[in-house]
Amino acid sequence: MKLVTRDLTVRYPGEELPALDGVSMEVLPGTLYAVLGPNGSGKSTLMRALLGTVAIESGEALLGDRPAAAWGRRALAREVGAVGQMESVAFPITVRELVAMGRYPHLGPLRREGAADRRAIQDALERCDALRLEGREVGTLSGGEYQRVRVARALAQEPKALVLDEPTASLDIRHEMEILRLLRRSADQGITVLLITHNLNLAARFADRLLLLACGRVAVEGTAEEVLDASILERVYGWPVRIRPDPDTGVPQVTPEG
Amino acid sequence: MRARVGWVSLLMILGTAGAMLLGVRYGTVPIGTGDLLALLRGEATEAHHFIVLELRLPRVVMGVLVGGGLALAGAVFQALLRNPLAEPYILGISGGAAAGAVGILALGLASMTSWLLPAAAFGGALLAITLVFGVAASADRRLDVRVLLLSGVVVGAFFSACIALILALSDAPTVRGAILWMMGSLSGATWRTVGIVAAYTLPAALLLLTLARSLNVMAIGEETASYLGTEVERTKRVAYAVASLIAAAGVAFTGVIGFVGLVVPHTVRLLVGPDHRTLLPLSFVAGAGFLTLADLGARTLLAPTEIPIGVITAFVGVPFFLLLLRRSLRA
Repeated sequence: MKLVTRDLTVRYPGEELPALDGVSMEVLPGTLYAVLGPNGSGKSTLMRALLGTVAIESGEALLGDRPAAAWGRRALAREVGAVGQMESVAFPITVRELVAMGRYPHLGPLRREGAADRRAIQDALERCDALRLEGREVGTLSGGEYQRVRVARALAQEPKALVLDEPTASLDIRHEMEILRLLRRSADQGITVLLITHNLNLAARFADRLLLLACGRVAVEGTAEEVLDASILERVYGWPVRIRPDPDTGVPQVTPEG
Repeated sequence: MRARVGWVSLLMILGTAGAMLLGVRYGTVPIGTGDLLALLRGEATEAHHFIVLELRLPRVVMGVLVGGGLALAGAVFQALLRNPLAEPYILGISGGAAAGAVGILALGLASMTSWLLPAAAFGGALLAITLVFGVAASADRRLDVRVLLLSGVVVGAFFSACIALILALSDAPTVRGAILWMMGSLSGATWRTVGIVAAYTLPAALLLLTLARSLNVMAIGEETASYLGTEVERTKRVAYAVASLIAAAGVAFTGVIGFVGLVVPHTVRLLVGPDHRTLLPLSFVAGAGFLTLADLGARTLLAPTEIPIGVITAFVGVPFFLLLLRRSLRA
């Protein structure tokens, strides 16, 4: 499924400046697309506008051939799995129950879990290294464990596209690498992956294309070589950086100066 | 947990059935098992026939409908508002209903026709529901549950002030009647009123049961719930409107019966966990049994004087719940 925005502008009620200002992008099936940018540059708003949880002022955001509003929420959730940034559980539930919620769009309000659902849940838990967390209560998980469980829930949806907002924040390097390799493999299997992240170096290594946002506008879009440019990054982040190709892979890597 | 859910469900269903049987048997005139069997065979005395079929049975069924409805609505409100203090009346429904009822009592119109009092109470409840909804939904297109809670409490306070004004201007017997109404009673139950409450409560309860899985998903936040395929806005509106309607129908005919909608869902949650697919139906069953027993106590403990049912639900429900809460914190 293709994810597209054209001249997308979003303004939160009462705000003078738009949160997103004329953003265009195209994420093709089978690609891993990284969205980068400083805090408050509009990354999460881009995700919400695409998924229809904030109102669009002008332009368009399409999932496949239509905007989120033209999909029913359930139909959309069968196609697109999403992990947002904030989440709080109001009642104590187990990891298994939380991941099983990924089957909600397939089951609807009344149908019972079947063998296919149980397989999808099991498989998702396994792929996120969360199988042994299955019986734990969600409130007792560490930040990183919770992140993995949330990614597992999105995988349990068996979606054609994944949209993830900083899914590797607070993960240790092993689990961060495992999630990124999982996303890379998913993309290679034909899934569309939109990944919001602060990790420029891993984005350069794993993503097919990168989009750098600054104050709600596209600063630059393209391959790692095109986007990771010292002068652009310095301007956008307001901090001097050095770019060097990785000696083994040749992928550009960013080192902050100072 | 699953085996436990099965046991708890079975016990609750049997307990509620037992409570209904006790409710029919005991009262000022005791009716034995033999009398009940005679009744089923059509051989009972006319007095027994009348007491069981026209006095006690409608009252027991009313207790089942109102108790079950209040507990179910309470469980839904706790999920909807993400607040453990939520109960069916929290959004001003009791205030609106009581203002309507007390107004009719103060004007001395209650004896004119038996329909005026419940109609005014129902109207007051609907007015409160509409006001609260209007405020909460007008701020934005999305229904903000925090605004819903806040406007509900404020609307309730306004109606309380109205009641205080009316009572200040009324004579002593009116004040007594008003206070008794506000503590709730099932004594006015007839098959006609039971029919009306059933017509509201049963379809509404079934509709709320279908929301169980959506409420589960919404417990992890509205944004995530929409990513998982829930129509969050529609679910919130339906849950609010339907749960309110259940409370309004009950309050119109039985007055304000407190604590059932607060204590029963929490007790059931402590016993079987927070999954709304079991929590909602079991809350209905447990609330039905609890109110039926409370009514039995209300009519028999100080007979022939009837204790307001709200007093019983609080006297029994509160200590029991506090004990359970303490035990669950220790575990």
